[in-house]
Amino acid sequence: MIRRVRVLRVLALALALSACGAAPRPIERQYGAQPELPQPQRGLLPEMVIAKPVQWGDQQPLAPPGFTVRAIATGLGIPRQTLLLPNGDILVAEGRGGNAPALKPKDVLAGVIKSRGTTSVPGGDRLTLLRDADGDGEYELQTVFAEGLDAPYGLALSGNNLYVANQDAVVRFDYQPGQTRATAPPETLVALPSQINHHWTKAMTASADGSLLYVGIGSNSNVGERGMAAEVDRAVVWEIDPARRMHRTYASGLRNPTALAIQPGSGQLWAVVNERDEIGPDLVPDYLTSVREGGFYGWPYSYWGSNVDDRVRPQDPERVAAAIAPDYALGSHVAALGVDFSTPAIGPEFADGAFVGMHGSWNRAEPVGYKVVFVPFRDGQPAGPPVDFLTGFLDADQRVARGRPVGVTVDPAGAVIVADDLSNTIWRVSRDAAMDAPGPVDGPAQAGTPASPDTASSPG
Amino acid sequence: MAALVEHRRPPSLHPLHAVLLAGALPLFVGALLADVAYARTYEIQWANFASWLIVGGLLLSAMALVFALGGLFRREGRTTTRVAYAAVLAAAWIAQFFNALMHARDGWAMMPTGLVLSVIGTVLAVAAVWLAYRPVAVGAWT
Repeated sequence: MIRRVRVLRVLALALALSACGAAPRPIERQYGAQPELPQPQRGLLPEMVIAKPVQWGDQQPLAPPGFTVRAIATGLGIPRQTLLLPNGDILVAEGRGGNAPALKPKDVLAGVIKSRGTTSVPGGDRLTLLRDADGDGEYELQTVFAEGLDAPYGLALSGNNLYVANQDAVVRFDYQPGQTRATAPPETLVALPSQINHHWTKAMTASADGSLLYVGIGSNSNVGERGMAAEVDRAVVWEIDPARRMHRTYASGLRNPTALAIQPGSGQLWAVVNERDEIGPDLVPDYLTSVREGGFYGWPYSYWGSNVDDRVRPQDPERVAAAIAPDYALGSHVAALGVDFSTPAIGPEFADGAFVGMHGSWNRAEPVGYKVVFVPFRDGQPAGPPVDFLTGFLDADQRVARGRPVGVTVDPAGAVIVADDLSNTIWRVSRDAAMDAPGPVDGPAQAGTPASPDTASSPG
Repeated sequence: MAALVEHRRPPSLHPLHAVLLAGALPLFVGALLADVAYARTYEIQWANFASWLIVGGLLLSAMALVFALGGLFRREGRTTTRVAYAAVLAAAWIAQFFNALMHARDGWAMMPTGLVLSVIGTVLAVAAVWLAYRPVAVGAWT
């Protein structure tokens, strides 16, 4: 008996050792254009640590001094992305998509564990409209704009065309300013790849002139383990001409482009992309990048340029050689799901850059993400490490999560709107007018101007 | 007239024990063949087959192992062969358990260790089946 117990103990120890692998490195080394990329490693068991969801109670996310956080909508059906309409109304896309069957026994187990970190509420499959008619910061109207959609995610407005990226198609609603309810069922413009839909979110933004749409279509696997036949038209960004109902592949090799935004001024398309899992706590960094037309970004053959992923067979050295390294690493496993460019109205320290919503990790012993960060830009390029903008989603002991950020939208009136798909809340982080005492301010000094209902907004 | 001769012949396996043990073997063999097919073709579906076959083999052989270990507690069951059978079956199960973890890796990351463990686990399973079913002559060494 004693011997048997000892054998079990050795077995347990071996399992424990194989599961931990190397200690995670400081995440600071994983930011920017040249992140530290350690050797790939994986124990016998993948690291799975999911922060346990709890209620916010009387707590709130934490913003920098000079900002006020307000829950402007609660009780939603899994809010993902938001769109600011020209009259200041906010549209919220709600839903849960994907119908990927379990491929291996581990998918059954992983599915159970991952579901512990998400909401138990059913997906709304709808758009909810929020309105603050009197500009007091309280969105007194919360009404369903359209329902019966299929896991809507990406939203864009161009003129009177409201485009919605369902998990299987881009559809169009007619939108008139001030409208609170769609007057007709949507018209389907272009079908999107939706078989399996391992990564189901269809991020979307409109070009600067509003004539084209860009749609992010995530891969159907972590790293090609469903076979490359399942990856046709996946891990790409499509450019769609809604007038002609045509599409073409704009860029490829982007594992899971979960949010897209057009950079003001340059009109350049940017994306946040979630990279692959299960090769260690510090691989592979999720990233923010400008998306080059015709560019190939490596997936699945390589990551961060030409770092070959040995898990893919057959390999493709030619494509690896052609792979582009992204612009800016956000850290491994942070799960960036939202991006929007800032405006000077958010305040001088946040005037030039991009906000990124990080849903938070599952494949890392020490959870990361679970916050909204600001990536400062200079001369149109990321410059410097990310700055925490909205935190407090993860408890100090890192084992309890109150919320998980997804989409971020900048309100030119001086606020950032954050969708939280764990607590089913929309947070509005607004700059306090009192903070902006008159004085010399660099750049356009429009910070703190009261919310004007006519503020124009770019689709995104 | 009844002669009191102790044959020390182990009782034959319980039918359920026999079915579980015999059932596990083709699953492990199938996983090994699927691994070979994946290694030769890079066709990922073979790796998926192997993963499920190993889990099936683990389930059946775990139950057979309960029978095998339980049998050792009975005096008449604790023959050299039966002890060896239980030990080899336990070794096969442990090898296949690690093999299942290895097969949970994505794509080629399960190779070549997954194939090596499939070979070891299958050879051990064949040995366990051999020890369990080999004919034992009455009065012979067991």
